[in-house]
This record gives sequence, structure tokens and C-alpha cells, in this order.
Amino acid sequence: MTGGGFWEMGGYARYVWPCFALAAVVFAWNLWSARRYLAAARLRARRALAMAASEGDEHQL
Amino acid sequence: MSVGPVEAFWLITRRELYLSFRRPEQLLQPLVFFLIVTTLFPLGLNLQLSLLRDMSPGVLWVAALLSSLLSLDALFKSDADDGTLEQLALSGQGLALIVTAKTCAHWVVSGAALVMVAPLVAIALNIPSVAFATMMVSLAMGTLTLSWLGAIGAGLTIGLRRGNVLLSLIVLPLAMPLLIFGAAATDRAISQISAAGALYFLAALCVFTCTLAPFAAAAALRITLE
Amino acid sequence: MWTWFYKLASPPYVYSSAAALAPWFLGLAALTVGYGVIDGLAFAPPDYQQGDAFRIIYVHAPGAWMSTFIYTTMAVAGAIGLIWRIKMGHAVAAACAPIGASFTILALATGSLWGKPMWGTYWAWDPRLTSELILLFLYVGVLSLRSAFEDAARGDRASALLAIVGVVNVPIIHYSVVWWNSLHQAATVAKLGKPSIDAAMLWPLLSMFLGCMLFFGAVLCLRLQGEVLNRERQASWVRQAVKS
Repeated sequence: MTGGGFWEMGGYARYVWPCFALAAVVFAWNLWSARRYLAAARLRARRALAMAASEGDEHQL
Repeated sequence: MSVGPVEAFWLITRRELYLSFRRPEQLLQPLVFFLIVTTLFPLGLNLQLSLLRDMSPGVLWVAALLSSLLSLDALFKSDADDGTLEQLALSGQGLALIVTAKTCAHWVVSGAALVMVAPLVAIALNIPSVAFATMMVSLAMGTLTLSWLGAIGAGLTIGLRRGNVLLSLIVLPLAMPLLIFGAAATDRAISQISAAGALYFLAALCVFTCTLAPFAAAAALRITLE
Repeated sequence: MWTWFYKLASPPYVYSSAAALAPWFLGLAALTVGYGVIDGLAFAPPDYQQGDAFRIIYVHAPGAWMSTFIYTTMAVAGAIGLIWRIKMGHAVAAACAPIGASFTILALATGSLWGKPMWGTYWAWDPRLTSELILLFLYVGVLSLRSAFEDAARGDRASALLAIVGVVNVPIIHYSVVWWNSLHQAATVAKLGKPSIDAAMLWPLLSMFLGCMLFFGAVLCLRLQGEVLNRERQASWVRQAVKS
């Protein structure tokens, strides 16, 4: 480690730490966004199935 | 009677030109836009003439790009609206041939016209006349490439809501290399250094695009017309 | 041998494989990225010229690599969907686009922050930076084009064509530092022969590359499941899949 210490990053702290923070944000966003997308898709699929099932019931009446 | 490909090409090109010249005001609009946008820069920036000269290649090229985009919308729109495009696609002539004919006709009335008007604009931007030849050659190649990129974009966005904005969004990133080399060529000509390198690169981009774009544009139309 | 390839065209197979693989990819990604970040930040020796600022490479270089790798994947998947009419190709392409755009933003932003102490400027219009910016615009174009169509299948095909047309930009990004006098430094790792970087700095970097690829795999699997469901809502296998 240079004379600046770990958190000071040799004087470059205000460039290095925002970069890693940004990387963390990008990773977190990707995971969150993908999970949300999948959950929404499952919900829509379940709703479509439920509608199809209830339409089937109506036809039987 | 069946028509050979060369004859079909000329038939379609002639038709496009006839239709364009039936409404001459429509042809003038992009050119006027070109003039107006070019005027905006010196007005907005309030520069001395010498500084204006430094900026002029970029200003000229940005204005040319934007006014070319305006006329691209019309490339397929009216034919798509009244069903002619589908008839052309069904005609048995290759879609790439049809697209080539339409794009060439479009370039004649938009790009070539722009090149003719460019010296006027150049005078307004204080570009020395020694640079005119390079400027016009670079604009000719650049607008031709742009017409082809625009044909691909127009083929993809026919009939979409806000298709105009989307067309610009698609075409402009692809046109950025054109801007870089076209402006560089004009800039070098103004400084009286050899513009050969930039012109060769521009020519390479032009040839590359003219060779492959017909097939891409035909594929785009096939996607839209299905 | 070809049965494996045919299976990839089958939506239920793709869905269940993606569901099974995602946690593994994510776990391995966490390990490799974790090691890369810790070793890169705390234990790799500082650079003789750049001091501790060089550590930005551990997020910038993998981010930039992923931005072009994902774009190429998206273009290839779109081409498979367009040429062979395999819907799963379009599903993969659609899933790639937002992930790739986020990595492009990461590459541009971390590069900018690295440029300020090293070159004295947050931005320069040099060939590599410009072509990477164009890549971001291409991603935005592909995303916008797909969402502008009401017919999803047509939107898939249109954005596949756009992705293919734009793939020309990818070799320009990679070779821009070779073809032109660029501010940006030339390749340190992806050269044939010995990489021009110290081993103690290299291992965490390689780990970050691997970790980002694994992370991409995980997120792709998650999004791909969503894309498959959206495209196959009417199919009978979906009932079982969404029951839980």
C-alpha cells in the first residue's frame, strides 16, 4: 500500500471509491431489475392462465 | 410481359423522380432547413469570422446530417400508406433492387441537391473557396452513405408512432463516423493540408454501406411488410 | 450431437435450464468477484506510474469487455432468431439488451473517473471513447425500437436487424487503439504472448473478468426466464412452471 493508506487510495480516493460504488450499483440494479422482470412475467402468465380457465368454465355453463 | 432488372431499376427511379418533382416545394424544404440550421450557429455563438471558420466544417456537417434526416421519412412512407410498397414487393423484382432504385432517386433529390447548395452555406460560414472541392466531394459521399443508412432505418420504422424520432435515434449513431471523417476532410482542406486520408476513409465507408445496405434495407422492409 | 442444439430451441427446456443454472452462476460470480475486488483493492501492489488509481482497472476493464461481449451475443442471438426463425434467439437478444447497456454506462463512467487523474480530463473525443459512446446509443436504439412495436414478434425481428447492423461498431471499439493514435492505452491482457502486466495485479483482474461473465450468465438466466414466459404465455407447459 502507498503512503495514502487503504481508504485514501494514495490520494486518489475520490476517483477510486466512486468507481467501485458505481460497479456495486450496476450489479445490484441488474439483479433487482431481472428479478422484478421475472416476477412480473410470472404474474402475467398466472393471470392469463386464470382468465383462460375461467373462460373455459363459462363455456361449460 | 416481364421486365428485366435493369429496366425495372430505371422504371422505379423515373417514377420516384416524377413523383418528387410534382411537389417541388417538398424538395426545397430540407434545403431551406439546411440553410436555417447553418445560420443558427453563427447567430447563437456570435463569433468573429475567423473563429467561425474553425467551427465551420462541423457546423456544415451537422446541418447536412439533420436536414438529410428530415427527408428520409418520405422514402417509404407514401408508398407504404397507399399499398404500393406491397405491390412492389410482390412484383417479383428483388426487394434489394427496388430499395436501391428508391434510395438512388432519393439521394438525387436530397443529397445531391444539398451538395449543390453547400457552396452558398460555405460562404455564410466563411469557408475559403479553396476548400470547396473537397467539401463537396466529402458531402456527396457522406449524403449517399446517409441515404443508405436512412433507408435501413426508414424500413424498420415505417408506420410506427413517433417513427421520426426513432429513425433519428437509429441513424445518427451509425452516422457518427461519417461526421467525424467528413468534417475532418473539410477541415484539412481549409488548412490546406492533404485531405486524402479522410476522403479515402469516407469513400471506404460509402462503398461498404452501398454494398451491404441494400440487403439490410430489403430485410427491414420484409420485416415490416410481413 | 444435434439434439442438444434442437433442445435450445425449445422454450420449456430453455426455461428450466435457466432456472436451474441461475443460482450456480450467481454463487460462483459472488466468489470470483469477491476475490477480485478484495485482492485488487487491498493486496495488489500499487502501480509505479499511476499509484492506487490503477485499481479502477478492476471494474473498468471487465465492464468495457462485457459491454462489447454482450452486444455481440445480442447480435448473434438476434441473427439466429432472424435467419432460422428460432424464437429463443429473440428471447436471448431481448434479455441481453438492458444488461449490456448498464455495463456500457459502467465502462464509460469509470473510464471518465479514471481519465481525470490520469489524462487531466473527464472526457476526450478519441476513437475508443467515441465508439464506446456510440455503442451506448446503439443499445438505446435497440431497446427503443423493440418497445415501439405493438406486435412483439415484429419488434423482435426489427431490433435483431438493427443489432446486426450495429455490430460493425464492435471491431472498431477493439481495434481503435491499434488503428489510430489514441489517448487510451493499448491492450494489456488480450494480446497474444505474455501480458504486459505484473502477475500480482493480473490474477484479481482475470478473476473480475470471469466473475463478470458469470454474473452476466446469472442475470441473463433470470431475464431469459421472464422473456420466455412473456412469449409463451399460452403454452401448456407454462401452467406447471408458474404454479409455485
